[in-house]
Amino acid sequence: MEAVPGRARVYIACVVLGALLCLLPRPTTAYPPWWAVVLPAVLYAGGEWFARRRFPGSFHPVLLAAAFLLPPCAAALVVLPGALVAPVEQRPAGLRRIWRTAQLVLAVWAAARTHTALDGGTAVGTPDFPYALVPAAAAVLAFCLVLTVLDGGILALAEHVPVRSAWRGLFPRTLAPLAVHGLAGLMMAVLWRSPYGPPAALLVLLPMCVSWWAFAQYHRERGAHQATIRALVQAVDIKDRYTRGHSERVGQASMMIARELGMDDERVEVLRFAGILHDVGKLGVPTRLLRKDGPLTPEERRVIELHPEYGHEMVRGISFLGEARAAVLHHHERLDGSGYPYGLAGGQIPESARVVAVADAFDAMTSTRSYRRGRPVAAALEELERCAGAQFDPVMVAALGRAVVRCGWHPVVTADGAPSRPRGPADRSDPSVAGRTGAHR
Amino acid sequence: MSSPGARRPLALLRALHGLAALIACVCLGVTLRTGLEDRRAALAFGLLVTVGELARWTGPQVREAAPLGAAGALSYALLGQDAGQPTAHGVAQVVSVVLAASLVGCVPHIARGRGPTPDHLARRVLTVACAAMCFQSLYGHGTFGHWSGPAYALLLITLLAVSELCDAVLAAALAHSRTGWPFGPLLRDELRALPGIGSAVCATGAVMALGVAVVGLWALPVFCLPLLLAQVSLRRYAAVRTTYRQTIASLARATEIAGYTPAGHARRVAALSRAVGRELGLSEPDLTVLEYAALMHDIGQLSLVDPVPAGATAGLPAAEQRRIALLGGAVVRRTGVAPSVALIVERQADPCPEQPLAARIVRAVNAYEEKVRDAGPGGALTALEELRLATAGDYAPEVVEALARVLWNQGAARERLG
Repeated sequence: MEAVPGRARVYIACVVLGALLCLLPRPTTAYPPWWAVVLPAVLYAGGEWFARRRFPGSFHPVLLAAAFLLPPCAAALVVLPGALVAPVEQRPAGLRRIWRTAQLVLAVWAAARTHTALDGGTAVGTPDFPYALVPAAAAVLAFCLVLTVLDGGILALAEHVPVRSAWRGLFPRTLAPLAVHGLAGLMMAVLWRSPYGPPAALLVLLPMCVSWWAFAQYHRERGAHQATIRALVQAVDIKDRYTRGHSERVGQASMMIARELGMDDERVEVLRFAGILHDVGKLGVPTRLLRKDGPLTPEERRVIELHPEYGHEMVRGISFLGEARAAVLHHHERLDGSGYPYGLAGGQIPESARVVAVADAFDAMTSTRSYRRGRPVAAALEELERCAGAQFDPVMVAALGRAVVRCGWHPVVTADGAPSRPRGPADRSDPSVAGRTGAHR
Repeated sequence: MSSPGARRPLALLRALHGLAALIACVCLGVTLRTGLEDRRAALAFGLLVTVGELARWTGPQVREAAPLGAAGALSYALLGQDAGQPTAHGVAQVVSVVLAASLVGCVPHIARGRGPTPDHLARRVLTVACAAMCFQSLYGHGTFGHWSGPAYALLLITLLAVSELCDAVLAAALAHSRTGWPFGPLLRDELRALPGIGSAVCATGAVMALGVAVVGLWALPVFCLPLLLAQVSLRRYAAVRTTYRQTIASLARATEIAGYTPAGHARRVAALSRAVGRELGLSEPDLTVLEYAALMHDIGQLSLVDPVPAGATAGLPAAEQRRIALLGGAVVRRTGVAPSVALIVERQADPCPEQPLAARIVRAVNAYEEKVRDAGPGGALTALEELRLATAGDYAPEVVEALARVLWNQGAARERLG
C-alpha cells in the first residue's frame, strides 16, 4: 500500500465515518461506570503495545470480553487507545493505524450489538450456562464477519488483489482462532461479573500468552532450522564451488515439478528440500577431485559416483525429510537401469528421485560453468524430451515443460534468506546470468 | 575426587515413592469407608484428569507432560463451591479421584509400551495432596468464611503457586535421584520453566476452580480450551526443536563422512561435553548451546584441502588450531544457530584464561576423546593424566576435574548395572 489509490482512500474514509458513528453514545442506553470502560481499554492497550513486539497474537480476547460486558458504543471505545498505540511495521504507518482502529471499532460494535440483541448481558451476569454460549457464538461470528468483509475490501482496493479472490478463504481462516479467543473472552466476562472480579478475569489471559509465546518460539526455531539445512548445502560450496546456487535452483525446479503434478503442500516442501540437498554427499568426495580441471580417470569417476550414498548416510538421521532421503540416494538412477548407485530401472526408482533427476539435469544444462556456456531454456527442455524414457521419466519432463511455459524460469538464488518464489518482472533474469555465480574461480 | 554418592539418591527416590504410596493408600481407605460426596463433580473432574492423561505426551525437554491433567487435578483440590453451593469433598476424596483418573488415563500408554511412570504418578499424588491439604482443611474449618471476592481469587493463586513450587522441587529431586546429576542446576531449570507452562497450569487451575464456583460444571469444557491450545503450541515448538537437533547432528557428521574425523567423534564429544557442563552446573539453555558447539567443533576442517591425519586437531601447533577454529566459526555463523555457538567454536583453541567456560569444556573433552580413541584399555587413565599435566596452559583445571568426576560416575554406573 506504498502508493494508496484514491478509491482505497475513499473506502477508508467511509469505514472511519462508520466507526465514528458507532462511537457516538445513544441517549437511550444506560452507561456503565467509567472504570468499567477504562480498565479493559488500558488492559488492551498495554497488551497490544507489549505483546506485538514478542508474539504474533493480538489481544482479541480482551476486546471480545468487552463486547460481552459493555453496551455497544462503550465496547467500541475500548478499542481506541490500544489500536492507536500498537506499533505498525509497514508504511504508511499513520493510515494503516487509522484503518485498523476503524475496522476493529466496527467489528467490536457489531459483536456487542449482536450479543445485546440476544440478551447475552443477562446470561453472562446470572450466569446462565449453557445458554450464554449462544449469544457469545453469534457475537464472535459477527466480529469475524465484519473483519473479513472489511479486509477483503481493502485487499481488493489497495493491494490490487483480484475482486474474486480477495475474500477467498478469509472467513474460515479467521474464524478458527477467533472461536478460541471468543471462549476466552466469555470466561473473562463471566469472571469479571462474578464476585471474584477483574483479577480472576486476568488469569484467563495467561494460558493465551503462553501459547502465543510458544508460537513465536516455534517460528524462530523453524527459521533457524531452515538456515541450518541451507548451511548443510553451503558446506558443500566450501568444497565444490560449482554447486553454489545450483542446489537451490534444483530445489526450486523440483518444487515446480511437484506443484505441476498436483502434490499437496507438505510433499512439495519435502521435494524442495530433496532438490536442495541432493548433492550433499559431495562432502564425502576428496576436495582435490572435486576441483580437478580436465577429464577424470575411470577410477576418479567411481569415487565421485559414491556421492549419493554419502549423502544418504548424512541425511539419514533427519526424520522430517521423509522421501527426500530416497531422492538423495537415487537421483542418478536412470529409467533404463544404467544409472548408479544401484542400477534401478523404471518404477523401481522412487518418484521423488525421478523428480530431482530431471530438475538436476535441467539446471546443469541451463547454467553456465567455467568450461561451457549455459544453454537456452528451450534447448534444454528439448534435450530433456529427447532423453525422456531412457534416462528421465517422461511424466516429470512434461511437467517441468508445462511449469516453465506457464511461470517462466527465473531462479532467485539467495545466499542467506529464505529462497523466495519469483515475484515480478524485476526478478527475471537470464538463466545464463543466474548460473554465472557458480563460475567465478 | 568426591564420592559419587551412589546410595543416597536412590534412597531419596524410594522415600518419595513410599510417601506417595502411603498417602494414596490412606486416602483410598478413607474414601472407601466414607463413600463419595458430590458424585457429579467427582465424575466430571475425574474425566477431565483422565482426558488430560490420555493427551499426555512425553519427549525430550518436556517439563509438564500432562498440563491439562495437572490443571484439572489442582482445580479439584481447590474447589470450594459448585455453582454457588459449598462443596463437601475432603482431601482424601481429592487424592483418590485424581489417582484413579490418572491410573485410567495411563492404561493406553502402558499398553503401547511406554511403560508405567511411577515418578509422574508420585509427583501428581504428592502435589495434589499438598494443595488439597492446604486448602480443604482450612476451608473445612471455615477459615475462609470472611475471604470473599478478589481476595479469595488471590488466595487460590498463592496456593497454586506454592504447589507448583512443590512440584518443581519434587521433579528436580526425582530427576536428581534417577540420574545422579547435581540437584542445584536441576532445580534451577525446573524453576526457570515455571513461568512458561507452569504458570499456564496454575492460571487454568485457578480459573477452573473459580469458574465452577460461579457457573457450575459447565465451566470445565469451556475453560480448558486455552490450555489445550498452549499445549498444542508447545508441542509443535518441541517437535521443531527435535528436527533442528537432528539437522545439526547431521551437519556435524559432514566431517566424518568427508573422512576428516573418525566416525562418531562429534557425537561422543557432544555427549561428554554435555555431561561435564551439567557437572559444572550449567543451565539447560547453556547446555544446549554447549552441545551444538561440541557437535560442530570440527566443522572448520571442511575448509582444508587436505585432511589433518585422523582429524586429531589437539596435536597441531596452536596457530593452526586457531586457524581451523576460526574457519569453523565462519561456517557456523552461516547456519542460523545462535551466535553464541559460533563464538564457542571460534574460541575453542584460544589460550585457556581468555576462553568462555563452554569453549574450555569443548577443548578439554575433544582432547580427551582424541587421546583415548586408540589407546586401548587403561587409555582413559593415561589420557586424564596427560590432561592434568597440561592444566597449567592448555586446559582448565576445574574442567578436567569435572571430566574426571563424570568419567568416574559413568564407570560406577556401568559397574552397578552389570
